[in-house]
Amino acid sequence: MLNIRCPYCEEDRPEIEFRNAGEAHIARPDEPDRVDDRQWADFLYTRDNPKGWHAERWRHVHGCGRFFNAVRHSVDDRILLTYKAGEPKPDIERMLREREA
Amino acid sequence: MSASYRISGGSALKRERTVRFRFDGRDYVGHQGDTLASALLANGVGLFGRSFKYHRPRGIVSAGAEEPNALVGAFGPTGGFTPNLRATQVELFDGLVAESQNRWPSLDFDVGAINNWLSPLFMAGFYYKTFMGPKAAGGNWVWRQLFEPAIRAAAGLGSPPTEPDPDRYASMFAYCDLLVIGGGAAGLAAAETAANSGAQVILCDEQAEFGGWLLSEAQAEIEGRAARDWAADVVARLRGRDNVQLLTRTQAFGYFPHDFVGLCETIEDAARCRNPALPRERLWQVRAGRVVVATGAIERPLVFVDNDRPGIMLAGAAQTYLQRWGVMPGRRIVLFTACDSAYPTALALAEAGGNVVELIDLRSNVAEALSAPLRARNIAVSVGAAVTGSRGGLRLNSVEIRSVDRNGQTGAMARQLACDTLLMSGGWTPSVHLHSQARGKVAWSEEAKAFLPVARAGGPISAGACAGKFGLRAAIRSGADAALAALGAPPTVDVTPAVAEPALDLTGMVGRVPFAGDPRRGKAFVDFQNDVSARDLLLANQEGMVSIEHVKRFTTTGMATDQGKTSNLNALAIVASNLGKPVPAVGLTTFRMPYTPVSFGSFAGIGRGDQFDPIRRTPIDGWAQAQGAVFEDVGTWKRARYFPKPGEDMHQAVARECRTVRQSVGMLDASTLGKIEVVGPDAAEFLERMYVNSWRKLAPGRCRYGIMLNEAGYVIDDGVIARVAPDRFHVTTTTGGAPRVLHMMEDYLQTEWPDLKVWLTSTTEQWAVIAVQGPKAREVLAPLIEGVDLAPKALSHMAYAEGRICGVKMKLFRVSFTGELGYEVNVPADYGRAVWEAIWEQVEKYGGCAYGTESLHVLRAEKGFIIVGQETDGTVTPDDVGLSWAFGKGKGDFVGKRSLSRTDLAAAGRPQMVGLLTDNPAIVLEEGAQIVAMVNAPIGTEALGHVTSAYYSSNAGRSIALALVADGRNRLGTKLHVPMPGGSVSVTLVEPVFVDPKGERVNG
Repeated sequence: MLNIRCPYCEEDRPEIEFRNAGEAHIARPDEPDRVDDRQWADFLYTRDNPKGWHAERWRHVHGCGRFFNAVRHSVDDRILLTYKAGEPKPDIERMLREREA
Repeated sequence: MSASYRISGGSALKRERTVRFRFDGRDYVGHQGDTLASALLANGVGLFGRSFKYHRPRGIVSAGAEEPNALVGAFGPTGGFTPNLRATQVELFDGLVAESQNRWPSLDFDVGAINNWLSPLFMAGFYYKTFMGPKAAGGNWVWRQLFEPAIRAAAGLGSPPTEPDPDRYASMFAYCDLLVIGGGAAGLAAAETAANSGAQVILCDEQAEFGGWLLSEAQAEIEGRAARDWAADVVARLRGRDNVQLLTRTQAFGYFPHDFVGLCETIEDAARCRNPALPRERLWQVRAGRVVVATGAIERPLVFVDNDRPGIMLAGAAQTYLQRWGVMPGRRIVLFTACDSAYPTALALAEAGGNVVELIDLRSNVAEALSAPLRARNIAVSVGAAVTGSRGGLRLNSVEIRSVDRNGQTGAMARQLACDTLLMSGGWTPSVHLHSQARGKVAWSEEAKAFLPVARAGGPISAGACAGKFGLRAAIRSGADAALAALGAPPTVDVTPAVAEPALDLTGMVGRVPFAGDPRRGKAFVDFQNDVSARDLLLANQEGMVSIEHVKRFTTTGMATDQGKTSNLNALAIVASNLGKPVPAVGLTTFRMPYTPVSFGSFAGIGRGDQFDPIRRTPIDGWAQAQGAVFEDVGTWKRARYFPKPGEDMHQAVARECRTVRQSVGMLDASTLGKIEVVGPDAAEFLERMYVNSWRKLAPGRCRYGIMLNEAGYVIDDGVIARVAPDRFHVTTTTGGAPRVLHMMEDYLQTEWPDLKVWLTSTTEQWAVIAVQGPKAREVLAPLIEGVDLAPKALSHMAYAEGRICGVKMKLFRVSFTGELGYEVNVPADYGRAVWEAIWEQVEKYGGCAYGTESLHVLRAEKGFIIVGQETDGTVTPDDVGLSWAFGKGKGDFVGKRSLSRTDLAAAGRPQMVGLLTDNPAIVLEEGAQIVAMVNAPIGTEALGHVTSAYYSSNAGRSIALALVADGRNRLGTKLHVPMPGGSVSVTLVEPVFVDPKGERVNG
């Protein structure tokens, strides 16, 4: 079971308190009527599904109820960081380099 | 049979306490502290079971969790039966009843043993090839009914229990700074080092006693004392500390992400005999800051022809039985080894009075210091020699020995050596299972002939033999170092205690022992539990399996309860040799959890029976029970399905309830409706974006039927929404959809439109909802209500008002899911039952009834009202179910809107909801039945749609149905067919309304 830090509660809590909500940073188009079918289909269905670091959404559903983002490794489940909804996607490569150094 | 193999000693035994037990119907006596294996060996029982495929007689191979052969079924103190237990791990208690498996009629005479003679039929791949079906026989009745079940019955391991599990299981959650898995030399050192630094430590070990190999050690001394005494001292010190939790009989079976480790603690059966309130097992879920894995090493068997006879055992196991349980494994003992550890074993057995005849060493160069003490005791030592075969019936009686030259070629001359026991040692394999489960990498070490764990920053730290650190001093040192590293403490000076121990090389060999003759003849077993021999692996390679994963599945090597603990490395090396590759190039199969089998009971814990799932009951539930309602599960809710009068079946009760509602009045407990309060200055704008309908212009005091789509344009929920105040809406959802809808609303509110000032609150449990439906509904409620004018003009259809009922605060909705004049009375949940009973008194005066969910379904289907999840299945648009009228005119964007103009969703000919009338009005269609254009359509005919709802309608006087049919609205009036096992049922497509098509009754 993952141990997840809620960036709002600032607590490490067990995974059962959370619910995954798919890939992060996929913004709903501001004016859906102005995007073509292809772009809309991409928004609906196309996901990166990477083997490696993945920015994804979680909700602290049995806690504060807030949605936030996490960068998790899809192979070994390590979580690099969690951050609040609305914050920009972190530069993962740079963070890893800094961590190494 | 007398306990003739029991000698003096045995550190685990309490000699003064004898224990009676029964194995295969025969009574035996052992001592407290015995395992079933040690007690039976002491009683001279060498035969423990029949093998998986060939039904060959099998004895004990090991002394621990890795045991592949001696699987037994046993009855616990409460009578619960568990199959496939390792006899090496079953502790005796007074009254234990156990039985061997996989034999019929008895262990000594087993009919299935004919498989051994038929073995050419049962080569690798037999099961796959057979059950994929011989093509000619595949469709053959005799094959399917007779041969296949017989083969399946003869194969397999054990039998599942037939009775419910009588035992209790507990769940524990624990947190610690350091979890140490394994309480041998390395684990004890790690635990004590960490404990001294003040850390919170949990130390667990699968055995009844801490100490690991220290308990079996015969020669080495630590700080001038016997190794096991040192272990006892460390344990005593740890026990005295309050920052250490010690768990024996506790298997770390699974290593999950983020250092979350599953432990299964078995409660000693003897303790459960004294205190029946104890659980059988405790499942520990441990969140560890860091983990030290000190799981030791497992001795490998040697792979030679007929190496599976009862009496052939691992050398280390024999030493363990001797030291811990005072058991001499045989009367005439031979050892066969490829490493040094068999030498001290031979000495220990001889010193204890055993008749040790000879030690055969595969290696040509053996240090004089090793062999001299044996020769001094008249034990012959033959180096550069191999055991190449064995003879015997139900017990070994001799082995065949040949010389082996430096090129690994066996000599032509063979000699027979009489013995009843052969102790083998192929070397020791580090147990990297948990490291591997933690997704740690392993690397092949040619020097150690083993895969060793590769440390990963932040990951578990392996210490002792599982990390290739053999020898007690090395193990103790590495355990202490691992604890310091795990806790981030600086390394200290080496405080490892003084250890006097012989330097032993435990590398040994991997693969098949040199042999004479044809490799395809004779069975040299690699995996005892699955009856996989070296030639099966050869056959797999010859048939084109080159990946080790394919070989594993083709031969089943490394599968089943032992997961190849003793066999994997030998199998790998044999495959590598067959393919002419180095071992690491063949790769390693995945180490999967659990390390040893874990009972279902342990995982279920208290979550069984009524506690399997939470049960939600409404405030009115007790009344419905008292009335004799029949209930159904709706999600986790219990809902009254119908209220039968004496003598009525469901059909009769529902027919009466439905008639009564339309003729007079009925009441329904609708408390399970999901309810969400949407509040704030932007509440209307928010709903505008979440639902297809318009909300801005909805006046306070009015309701509207809302439809929610997902972003893909499909209907996912519906419900009536009332505007309570300009900035406040009372949203209702489907019973099952409430959490999902709230989650989705929160998602959009928090992440897409955080600028909207809206608050969402679940109020499902706060309100009891009583639906009163039927022409007499107004008369029923009027005398009870204050503050609301029920006159049709004052409170018209889809109006909302607040007032009091029976003096209780009330939210009143004039809504109808039946098509009749109807109200939904909402009162605070605590008053639900009292108000219900007051209304019931009124309803009875008008000859009304209480109705349940079944009538609710029929009544709404008579009107063509959909149920989300019944008429919709996640691929249905509002237009498909005839709800285009609900769309707000000229409104802006909402969730799902853009998708409705995608090609497929806007295409003509989509499935559309229609009504169906069967030609024969008595036939009620089956929900889910397919609809086709042809009478008696052949299999494979494309369906035009399916039946979504079907009932007998007492109000329509016939059966009715709703269906989704391609281009259905253009097919109204035409006939289609519903193929059923008894022949096609012809139906006519009609508008989906069967009662009051003009919809006038609702305005009554």
